[in-house]
Amino acid sequence: MTRWLDHLLVLPVVLPLVAGAVMLLIDEQYRILKTAISIGTIVALTGVALALLALVDAPESAAVWVYRLGDWPTPFAIVLVADRLSALMLVLTSVLALASMVFSVARWDRAGAHFRAMFQFLLMGLNGAFLTGDLFNLFVWFELLLAASYGLVLHGSGTRRVRAGLHYIVVNLATSLLFLIGVSLIYGVAGTLNMADLATRIPQVSAESRGLLETGAAVLGIAFLVKAGIWPLSFWLPSAYSAAAPPVAAMFSVMSKLGVYVVLRLWLLLFGADSGASAHFGGEWLAFAGIATIVFGAIGVLASQDIARLAGFSVLISSGTVMAVIATGQVGVTGPALYYLVSSTLAIGALFMLIELLERGREPGADVLAVTREAYGEDDGDDLVQTDEVGVAIPAAMAILGLCFIGCTLVLAGLPPLSGFIAKFAVLTALFSPPGPGMTAGVPALAWALLGLLIFSGLTTLVAMTRAGIRTLWTREEHSVPRVRVIEIAPIVILLLAAAALTVQAGPVMRYMQATASALYAPQGYIQGVLTAPLGRIAPAKGGS
Amino acid sequence: MELILSLAIGTLAGCGVWLLLRPRTFQVIMGLLLLSYAVNLFILGVGGLRVGMPPFLAKGQIGSLAQFADPLPQSLVLTAIVISFATTALFLVVLLASRGLTGTDHVDGTEPEA
Repeated sequence: MTRWLDHLLVLPVVLPLVAGAVMLLIDEQYRILKTAISIGTIVALTGVALALLALVDAPESAAVWVYRLGDWPTPFAIVLVADRLSALMLVLTSVLALASMVFSVARWDRAGAHFRAMFQFLLMGLNGAFLTGDLFNLFVWFELLLAASYGLVLHGSGTRRVRAGLHYIVVNLATSLLFLIGVSLIYGVAGTLNMADLATRIPQVSAESRGLLETGAAVLGIAFLVKAGIWPLSFWLPSAYSAAAPPVAAMFSVMSKLGVYVVLRLWLLLFGADSGASAHFGGEWLAFAGIATIVFGAIGVLASQDIARLAGFSVLISSGTVMAVIATGQVGVTGPALYYLVSSTLAIGALFMLIELLERGREPGADVLAVTREAYGEDDGDDLVQTDEVGVAIPAAMAILGLCFIGCTLVLAGLPPLSGFIAKFAVLTALFSPPGPGMTAGVPALAWALLGLLIFSGLTTLVAMTRAGIRTLWTREEHSVPRVRVIEIAPIVILLLAAAALTVQAGPVMRYMQATASALYAPQGYIQGVLTAPLGRIAPAKGGS
Repeated sequence: MELILSLAIGTLAGCGVWLLLRPRTFQVIMGLLLLSYAVNLFILGVGGLRVGMPPFLAKGQIGSLAQFADPLPQSLVLTAIVISFATTALFLVVLLASRGLTGTDHVDGTEPEA
């Protein structure tokens, strides 16, 4: 193994940093050059992420790769850690980034200044947050990606974006302060910020300090739940996401998964089965919050008059489902939950971009008017005209858009044959199968509740998406066929093809997800991997599972 | 010393939360500022309050928290100050943009109907 390979782990952070900084210096008139740099960087990032995924998943190598910045000894150094979960999130981020960057080339990158640079900084923050093994460093990455996202949410300007952006920024600034309080409380009790070191120290915390530690963890948890859009901390999310420019909103759909990722990582690492008196701290709260989020999202989906808000509420359903399913604390369920996370994020990203194409050429607010007309029964007259049009030719653009819309619907509602169905089916199978041979204890009430909610949220998504689809695709005026360029539809098709690939390759993908889940539930591999990483060399660490 | 610091943090945080919940954008930004001061003082307090103790070692010294202040909270505070300063400045720009576009300084962009 060469020394170059050792530095692979820092590339997901360094590449976008350099690309973003360089693009700040290049004038906006060199559009082609800037586009080439940004797409080239994201392609390289995808390659790096895939390489990391292959490295951590290779059977003979260690599953935990550690990169100590500045090569300080481990508990003092800030470490970047790649394990299966981080690598998976890196791949998801870069695929989505590639799609939305290509999409934005058609027109969105000209809607305001420094779009590509901010996009790269957002990627840097996301990648850093997925890789870091240090609690305070996580805060820094959060702030970096948030600063970039503040710029991006306002990209394209306009009253609606500024108004939604204002709320988004205030909520996130206040959340950052909660993050700081949580981190400093935990540091005050445990005396370390390294996540692996923290996990070894938590079981030894004395009984009188334990209350303070759990308070810190809870305050910290609130900060991540706001990011993930968990009810009741999620009222800002649908307006901010639906007001943002479509390629930005597609990236934000992976940003809200960052909150889910951190909860998954920290909760299982710090409050796993062998963490002494604090084991499974807050598990019931996560489950109830997740369930409440699914209900809120499902009602919101039905209540949305405009498709962009519908997509925003789908983000909530997706976050809530993953959170509630993870909070059951079973290894077998977590793997399918990760599969669901990936497939729903891809579909929501595709949907956000598709919406913009569908809405193009229609008068703004057409949906709101249509819903109002339906509600008041003022829809007569149109039907008579429509009946003559049997066998009317569908324009090719509308056909492709319609097929993509059906694809998004199938994944989000969890209908066969796409990946959404496999994800939900696997989650439910795992929930209702006994945890081990010989254990045939009754199915817990939580599992029944989740069964009902998964099916209920799928149904409401289906109803809402069908209604929106009929309104925007079937009953559309003849003259308003949107002008769609290949470069705009291609990223959507690619994201949906990725969902289809997840379906076809469900076996290997699910095996990877199960390996990820079992590594998360046996955090000794991660802890040993980080703490015993040899000096002077970066990887691979000993003791990985 | 502890009492004064706790009272300061409490007062700042209380005022900050109250201002944050007010309907005008300028009040919100002042609230965020006061809250970030409270949090910065809080982080400093987490490392333990010690007067007249250096946070770093001279050559050949062996560190112990009995003779030295914990340097980590101090560096955390520095980072937190820089970040909250930058994000507050950014928020100030958005605040002005919102004022310009909507013509009101209400956080919702519209005046509530009386």
